[in-house]
Amino acid sequence: MARQAVQFIGVNKWFGSFHVLRDINLDVEQGERIVICGPSGSGKSTLIRCINRLEQHQEGRIIVDGVEINDDVHAIEEVRREVGMVFQHFNLFPHLTVLENCTLAPIWVRGMPKREAEALAMKFLERVRIPEQAKKYPGQLSGGQQQRVAIARALCMTPKIMLFDEPTSALDPEMVKEVLDTMVALAAEGMTMLVVTHEMGFARQVADRVIFMDQGQIVEINAPDEFFGHPRNERTRLFLAQILR
Amino acid sequence: MSVAFVRDRDAPLRPPPPGTAGALGWLRANLFAGPGNSLLTLLLGLALGWLAWSVLDWAVLRAVWTGSGREACAIPDAGACWPFVWEKFPQWIFGFYPLDERWRPLAVMAIGAAALAPMMVPGAPGKQANALFLLIAYPAIAYVLLAGGAFGLEPVETSSWGGLLVTLVVAVTGIVISLPLGILLALGRRSELPVVRTASIVFIELWRGVPLVTVLFMASVMLPLFLPGGVTLDKLMRAIIGLSLFASAYIAEAVRGGLQAVAKGQTEAGLALGLSRGQVTRKIVLPQALRISIPNIVGIFIGLFKDTTLVLVVSIYDFLGIINAGLQDAKWAAPQTANTGYFVAALVYFAFCFAMSRYALFTEARLEQAGKR
Repeated sequence: MARQAVQFIGVNKWFGSFHVLRDINLDVEQGERIVICGPSGSGKSTLIRCINRLEQHQEGRIIVDGVEINDDVHAIEEVRREVGMVFQHFNLFPHLTVLENCTLAPIWVRGMPKREAEALAMKFLERVRIPEQAKKYPGQLSGGQQQRVAIARALCMTPKIMLFDEPTSALDPEMVKEVLDTMVALAAEGMTMLVVTHEMGFARQVADRVIFMDQGQIVEINAPDEFFGHPRNERTRLFLAQILR
Repeated sequence: MSVAFVRDRDAPLRPPPPGTAGALGWLRANLFAGPGNSLLTLLLGLALGWLAWSVLDWAVLRAVWTGSGREACAIPDAGACWPFVWEKFPQWIFGFYPLDERWRPLAVMAIGAAALAPMMVPGAPGKQANALFLLIAYPAIAYVLLAGGAFGLEPVETSSWGGLLVTLVVAVTGIVISLPLGILLALGRRSELPVVRTASIVFIELWRGVPLVTVLFMASVMLPLFLPGGVTLDKLMRAIIGLSLFASAYIAEAVRGGLQAVAKGQTEAGLALGLSRGQVTRKIVLPQALRISIPNIVGIFIGLFKDTTLVLVVSIYDFLGIINAGLQDAKWAAPQTANTGYFVAALVYFAFCFAMSRYALFTEARLEQAGKR
C-alpha cells in the first residue's frame, strides 16, 4: 500500500488552557482531496496549520509523507518544502513583483538558477491564467488575481500536498469562481489537497471525503454525497441546515 | 405608482462648476475658505513677509561686502559682516588642518560625493560595486588620506581636524555604524532567545536613558579608565563611538516599530514556502520593515547630524565650534560679526538636514509607488 500523505495519530493541542484540537485521528491518502468545514473556532484552520508546523501540537504524532513533525528543524523544513499553503488573506509579499514572489523560494530554498526559476514561475502563472501580470506588484492586482498568484507561488515549489486555508473567504463574490476553477483544475491533476472552505459546491464537485469539525473534534467524515444527503451526526445536520438554507 | 426604474439614457458627463477647480478654486478652498480662514491667511502672510524682508534687509541690503577688519563692519546701522566670512571660511571647512595638506580632506569629500551621487539616483548602473566601494574601500581611503602616516603622506593628528570636516566625519561614520547596529539590535529585541533579547533591551534602554552630553563625557573621560594600560583611543574616535552607539539605540526602536508593522502572515507565508527563519527576515520582513521606518530613521539621522555639535563639550571643534572660536578674534570684533557667523552656521546645517529630509521623502514616494500604487 502506498505511503500515506498525512497521518494524524491521537493529536491534541491547546492554546494556553483552551483545548483547540481534541484527539484528532486522520489518514489522508496520496492524491486524496479532503474538504474540511465547520463553524468558526472549531479548529479546522489550526488542524491544517499543524501539518506544516505553523502551529505546534503538544500530544500525539503527525507524519507528513513519511516524515514525523517534531521539534527537529530539519524535519520541519523538509516537510515545508513539500507542502504548499494558500492563505485566506493571500499573504503575497507586497515589496516583490508577482514573478519575484514566485521565484523567491525556488531560488533560495531549492538553489535553482534565476533563469530556470523564472521559466518555472511563468509556467505556473500561465496555468493560473495570469502570465501577463508577472511584472506587476501584488497591490496592483484584484483579490482573485492575488489569490491565483498565491497558488502559483506555492506550486513553484512543486509540492506533493497543498493546503488551502479558507482561500475564497476574503474575496469579493464575483472573484470566488476564478479561484475555485483554478483549484478544480489542480484537483483534476491528482494533487493531494486539504481544503478548509465553506464552498459546498466545490466540496460536492471535488472532494473525496468531507470532514466536519466542531469544538476541536472531528465529528463526521464521509463521502460528499452521503455527507450532504444523509448527515449522520446531529451537529452536522444543524450546521448544514444553517449554511445551505 | 410604480417601483420599477429603468434608465434609458446616460446622465451627461459635465465639467465642474466654475470657481471650484483650477487656481482660483484652490485659492478659495485652501486660503480663503471663510472669514476666519481668510484672516489667518492674511496675518500669517504679513508675518512671513515681514520676516523675509528683515532677513533680506540685514543679510543683503545693509550688509557689508568688502573690507579686511573690524573697521569695515563696525559702522553704524550695518547689517551682516560678510568679509569676516570670506576670511574665515577655509578654516570653518578644514579646522586647523595644515594649509599645504588641505587637498586631502577636499579629495575625501570629492570622492565621497562622487561615489554617493550615483547611489542616490534610482536606476543608475553599478550600484552593487559602488556600494562595496563606499562601505569597504572608501573608509580606508578616507582614513589614510585624512590621518596620513602612510604612502608618504604627512601624519595629521585628529586634534588638528575641525570645522565642517569633523562634522561630516562624525556624522557620516555615525550613520554608517549606527544603522546596521540598530537593525541588529531591533532584531535582537524580537529574538526568541531570552539572553539575546534581554541583552538587546538592556543596551537599548540604557543608551536611550542617558543624555548625549553625558555619553560624550563618559566616552571622553571614563572610557580610557576601562581600557587596558597602554591602549589609547583617539579622542575623536571615542566621540564617534559614543555618538554611534547612542544613535543605534534610537534606530533600533525605529526599526522595531517597522518590524511590528509587518503582518504576521508574511512570516507564515515565507516559512510555509520552506524558507529558513533567517531568510524570512532578510528577504521578506526586513525590506518591508525598513521601508516603513524610513521617515523615523531619517529623522534620527538628522538629529545625529545636528547632535554632532555636542562634541564641542569634549573640546573637539566641529563646524559650529570653530565658528564660535573664530568670534574671539579681536581683528573682527564688530557688533554684527557673531550674528553673521551663526547665520552661516544655520544656513549650512539647514541645507544638509533639508536635503536629507527631501531625499527621504523622494525615496518614500518612490517605494510607495513600487510597493502599492
